[in-house]
Amino acid sequence: MALLEAKGVNVVYEPNRGQRIWSVRDVDLTLQEGEFVGLVGESGCGKSTLGFALTRMLRPPAHLEGGVIRFDGEDICALEGEPLRRQRRNGFAIVLQSGMNALNPVRSVEHHFADILKAHARDKEDLAAGTLRARGAQLLQSVQLDPDVLDRFPHELSGGMRQRVSIALALALQPRLIVFDEPTTALDVIVQSAVIATIKDLQAKQSFTAILISHDLGVVLDATDRVMVMYAGRILEDQPSKELLRGPHHPYTEALLRCYGDPRADEVHLGGIAGSPPDLSLPQEGCSFAPRCPLAEEVCRQVDPALTPLGSGRVACHVRARESNLTTKARDDL
Amino acid sequence: MTSELDPAAARPPGAADGGPAGAPSRAVPALVVDAVTKTYAARGRRKSAVTAVDHVSFTIEPGAAIGLVGASGSGKSTLAKMISGSQRPTTGSIRFGDTVVESLHARGLREYHRSVQMVFQDPYGALNPLHTVAYTVSRPCQNFLGLSATKALDRVHELLETVGLAPPEQFAAKLPHQLSGGQRQRVVVARALACDPELIIADEPVSMLDVSLRAGILRLLARLREQRGLSLLYITHDLLSARVVTDQILVLNKGRVVERGQTKHVMQHPQDDYTIRLLDAVATPYAAQEPPPAS
Repeated sequence: MALLEAKGVNVVYEPNRGQRIWSVRDVDLTLQEGEFVGLVGESGCGKSTLGFALTRMLRPPAHLEGGVIRFDGEDICALEGEPLRRQRRNGFAIVLQSGMNALNPVRSVEHHFADILKAHARDKEDLAAGTLRARGAQLLQSVQLDPDVLDRFPHELSGGMRQRVSIALALALQPRLIVFDEPTTALDVIVQSAVIATIKDLQAKQSFTAILISHDLGVVLDATDRVMVMYAGRILEDQPSKELLRGPHHPYTEALLRCYGDPRADEVHLGGIAGSPPDLSLPQEGCSFAPRCPLAEEVCRQVDPALTPLGSGRVACHVRARESNLTTKARDDL
Repeated sequence: MTSELDPAAARPPGAADGGPAGAPSRAVPALVVDAVTKTYAARGRRKSAVTAVDHVSFTIEPGAAIGLVGASGSGKSTLAKMISGSQRPTTGSIRFGDTVVESLHARGLREYHRSVQMVFQDPYGALNPLHTVAYTVSRPCQNFLGLSATKALDRVHELLETVGLAPPEQFAAKLPHQLSGGQRQRVVVARALACDPELIIADEPVSMLDVSLRAGILRLLARLREQRGLSLLYITHDLLSARVVTDQILVLNKGRVVERGQTKHVMQHPQDDYTIRLLDAVATPYAAQEPPPAS
C-alpha cells in the first residue's frame, strides 16, 4: 500500500484583504514506502506549499480547499489535536530551508534533542539525561557531526553544521516520511553537495520515505529516484529521475534542462525561458505554461491538460499526450 | 579623466595604454589590483586577526571580463568592496588609471563611481521599495550626468529598453514589488549603466534568480560588454555562469588565489584541489550521464 496518497489537493491563500491565490491546484500524487521523490519548480510554483499541505503544516491564510490526503491509509486532512500530534510523532517530519534559524539561539544543541524526545515520549520510555544525551550523540553521528556538538550553541556552528543538526532533529523520532524543503539553498556549493550526499546516504540506509523540495533540478535529479515538476501550482510531469534526464516529456521540463550545463564541456550554451509565470490570483484558462511554450496550440490555450500516464511516468501536455497516442496507434496498426 | 586628488600616483604598468594624462577624451584605463591584503581585527578573548584577502593581484584590461570564484568565506565579496571603494585594503593598492582607489574620499570617490558601478546579489534588497523604477534609474542620470528631469526620463526609457524591459513607459511607473526577481535585477543593471560606467562589478547577480531567468541576465551582461565595451568583474560561486560570461578566472580559497587562467582552460584542466572540489560540487543534471572530458 502507498504510504502517502493525495488526490485533488488544492491550497488557497486567502488573506483578509486582497485576492485569493490558488497556490496548489488539483494535485494527485502517490508515494510508495521507501521512495525518494523530488519536487522541483521555480519560485512561487507552490512546491513548498504542497510540502506543507502533505505534512499538515499549513497555517492561515493558507488552507486546503478540497482534496484528500491519506497517510498510511488514514485521512489526515481532518486530524486535529492529539491524533495529529501522534501522527507527527512517528509519521512525518519536515526539514526547513533556513535550518540556521530553526534552532533556538539561547539553547544548546543537546537541549533541542532532549526537548523533542521528551515531548513525544511514549509511556515508560527511559528519559534519563544520560539516555537522551546518548541518543543525541548517536543522531549527530548519523549526520556526520561530532558528539561534542551537543554542548554547542547554534551561533557556534556553521550554516552547514546547523542544517545537519536540523536533519538529525528530524530523524530523532524515526519518522516514516521526511520532507526536506530546500535544505541546502542557503549553503554554498561545496557544503550543499556534502549535505545532499548525507541525505541520500541516510535515506538509503534507514529507508524512510523522503520528499526533496528544491528549485534546483540538478540537485534533485542527482539525489532522487523520481521527480515531479511543478509549475503554477500544478504537477506537469512525473517521471523516474533517470528517464526524465534522458527523455523529458513536458516542454517545460525540456526548457528547464536546457538552463543547465557542464562547465567543463567544450561549448557551453545556457538556455532560458522567456516570459514569466502566470499570476495565480487570476483564474487560469488552458495550460498555465502555454504562454511560454514553443509547442502551444489552440487547444492548449483553452483546455487545461490533465496529468495522464505516459511511458513510465505522467505528463500534463496535450501535444505530448497526442504524439504518444499516435505512436502507440501506429505500433498497434503494424 | 585624471583625478586631481592624486597627481603623484605612479602610473601602473597595466595602464600604460590608458591614455596620456589630461587627454580630453575619456580613454578607458585598466583596473589594477596590486598585492592587496585585507585583515579584520578580531574582537573578544581570542584575538587572532582574520585575513580575508591575502596578497591578491590582477588586472582588468578595458573590455575584459574577469571572474572571481570561490565558496563562501573565500574573500571574493571583500575584494569587491575594496574595488568599489567601500572598504580600504590593509596593505597593497588598487588603481584605476591614475586614480588610487584607497586614497579617495567623498568627491574623488563620487567621480570614481561614475566609472565603476556595482550590481549586487539581492535584487529585492537593492531597490528602495517606495521608489518607482523611473525614480531609481533617473537618480544617477541627474546626479552624475547632470541631466534635467525631462532629459533624465528620456534616458531612463532608453536604459530600460537596453536591459530588456519593454515597453519602458510601462515599467518606469512600477514599484519594485510589482516586478519579478528577474525584472528587478534588470532594473539594478539599468541603474548601474545610467552614468555610463567603464567597469561593472557584479557580485553574484544571478544566484538569487530562477534558473530560467539566469540565462537572460547573463546574456544581457555579455551583450553590454560587446556593445558598450564595458569591463566586467563577475563574482560568483557558480562555475557554470562564470564559464558563460568570463574570459579569465581567478579561483579564491581563504583569501588566496589558488588558480588563475583562461576560464575554459581552468575548467577543463583544473590543477588545484579546491578548484576540482568546486567543479565537482556543480549540480549539473548531466554529471551522472557524461563524465567530464578526459584530460
